[in-house]
Amino acid sequence: MVSKVSTSLEQRPVVFPPGAVSRRRYRITRIATPYLLLLPAGFLYAIFIVYPIFRQFDISFYNWHIFPGVHNPFVGWSNYIRIFHDPAIRTAAFNTLLFLVITVPIQMALGLFAAALVTDRLPGRGLWRALIFIPVVTSWVVVSYVFAYIFAAQGGLANAIVSIFVGHTVHIDWLAQTWTGNAVIWMVSIWKGVGWSFIMFLAALDGVPRDLVESGRVDGASEPRIWRHVVFPNIRPTVVFVLVLLVIGASQVFTQVYITTGGGPFGSTGVLLTYAYKQAFSFFAFSYAAAIASLMAVVVLGLSILQIHLTRRNDNL
Amino acid sequence: MSTFAFKDARNASTSRSLTNPKRRKPAAQPGLFGIRSWKKSRLVMACVFGAISVFPLLYMISLSFQPTGDILTSNVVLIPTHPTFLNYTQAWTENSFGQYFLNSLVVAIGTVIITVIFSSLAAYAFARYRFPFKEAIFYIFLAALAVPSVELIIPQYLLALKLHLTDSLFGLVLIYASENLPFSIFLLRGFFEAVPKDLEESFRLDGAGSIRVLTRLIAPLSAPALAVVAMFTFNFAWEEFVVALTLINSPQNRTLPIGLNFFIGEHTTQWGPLFAGSVIATVPSVIVYVISQRWFHRGVSLGGIR
Repeated sequence: MVSKVSTSLEQRPVVFPPGAVSRRRYRITRIATPYLLLLPAGFLYAIFIVYPIFRQFDISFYNWHIFPGVHNPFVGWSNYIRIFHDPAIRTAAFNTLLFLVITVPIQMALGLFAAALVTDRLPGRGLWRALIFIPVVTSWVVVSYVFAYIFAAQGGLANAIVSIFVGHTVHIDWLAQTWTGNAVIWMVSIWKGVGWSFIMFLAALDGVPRDLVESGRVDGASEPRIWRHVVFPNIRPTVVFVLVLLVIGASQVFTQVYITTGGGPFGSTGVLLTYAYKQAFSFFAFSYAAAIASLMAVVVLGLSILQIHLTRRNDNL
Repeated sequence: MSTFAFKDARNASTSRSLTNPKRRKPAAQPGLFGIRSWKKSRLVMACVFGAISVFPLLYMISLSFQPTGDILTSNVVLIPTHPTFLNYTQAWTENSFGQYFLNSLVVAIGTVIITVIFSSLAAYAFARYRFPFKEAIFYIFLAALAVPSVELIIPQYLLALKLHLTDSLFGLVLIYASENLPFSIFLLRGFFEAVPKDLEESFRLDGAGSIRVLTRLIAPLSAPALAVVAMFTFNFAWEEFVVALTLINSPQNRTLPIGLNFFIGEHTTQWGPLFAGSVIATVPSVIVYVISQRWFHRGVSLGGIR
């Protein structure tokens, strides 16, 4: 009787994963598995992202022609030197910087403000959340066309409003002038971008422990002090994340410029990427465009690392 | 990430216990805005924000139903006075807009499928396995977040020429998918790591392999994150402009954003059909957002940023 029980216990199956016949074979699959899992993504990524990054640097040192069979002479750093002697690129760089300096802080401020409104059980919270986020899911192309129409010389909403104030019909071509054209580009970008920082800040604010806020209040701290010492430290990682991604995004501004003003008049509203794109695909100066893009990539990467570094150092204080 | 979830849970429980279920007393509800919590002024401001956010889109819808005369008049026509479907029929029949729509749909769905599968596999490797250079490889993936889309268009174009992927929807899918991989892997890794290891152990003991664990256990538990990835990827592919503009030559391969461009003439712009087309192009993104909204907002508040 006793022995019977013991045999039945011994016959309980020792669980081996099927396929793992031997321990050695099991170990080999265990080592190979992560690499196999990474293979599809890594393959695609290596071909379409990593290789182009290096290829871009490579092209920038040649005088590259798109046509097969043509000799592509090595020109060293001359494409990069050309960047610093090109007056047209100064306008583009200035516009890109201005775009960044104007749109990023405004987007973050408005996003944080809207998030502060909606957190804490505002009636219809889901509705507000959806409404403010809707511009983010619409397409840049569509949105740019809507704003292009609003500021069109003929039939646009902006002119109609100005007409009411002036008292007679006006036909201002907003997009054909440098400053108004730039302002329209900023407006589209801020309008479409606020929803994204809003949603990020909303998630962060929801995570701020309310009892901490409440105890600060009980201790007699003023509201600005509570924000400064309780709320802000809690949402700092999100602020950094949003800042870094918005700066990267702003340096890449392209579609809204390409569609609304096309960089015109005479390149005065153009940004770095519309300039580079025009160099490559209108003038076939691929190497020069590649030099611009490579330099931008280096600057943006450096800027992101700097931002993360600076904000991380603050954390230790 | 886990701290975030913890804070959320704690916050929810405190406010529930402090709130009278029958009548909510604002005084008992600790918030970011003190005891009065400024509900009325917040509501007004939220209305302003919401109105500004949707106005251009509502205006676009209104314009799409207006005849050309009303669109080009100097008076503001906010609500169509002579509503017409002409713009829609014109948009759909001219320029083979239906074809563009189909192309965009194929490209977007293809991109979503490839991105979701490839990034789940990779994220699972990062979340559960230990292997040499793991973090280094992860950071190589992340580095591309700083060098995305438009900046690489020149080498990508040359590469596409070499691989005979220009003027091909498949080429677009491959490029879009690779551009979406870094963010997706980053997001999914965080979620996959949060799935309890014990659950996976018991699956393994039942004889499940990695793929089975991923598809039967980890993916269902990470549905919010997968929804976020799918939504972002769909919208990315649906609205992408530069790559499509550069790679696609022939009319039958145009995607929607490129197709819209052709309503803009050299001298005159066909605003009516353009906005009708824009409405058609916007509807799928909004539908995808509405469907994934629930998981999406949970995904953002749980994960993403540690």
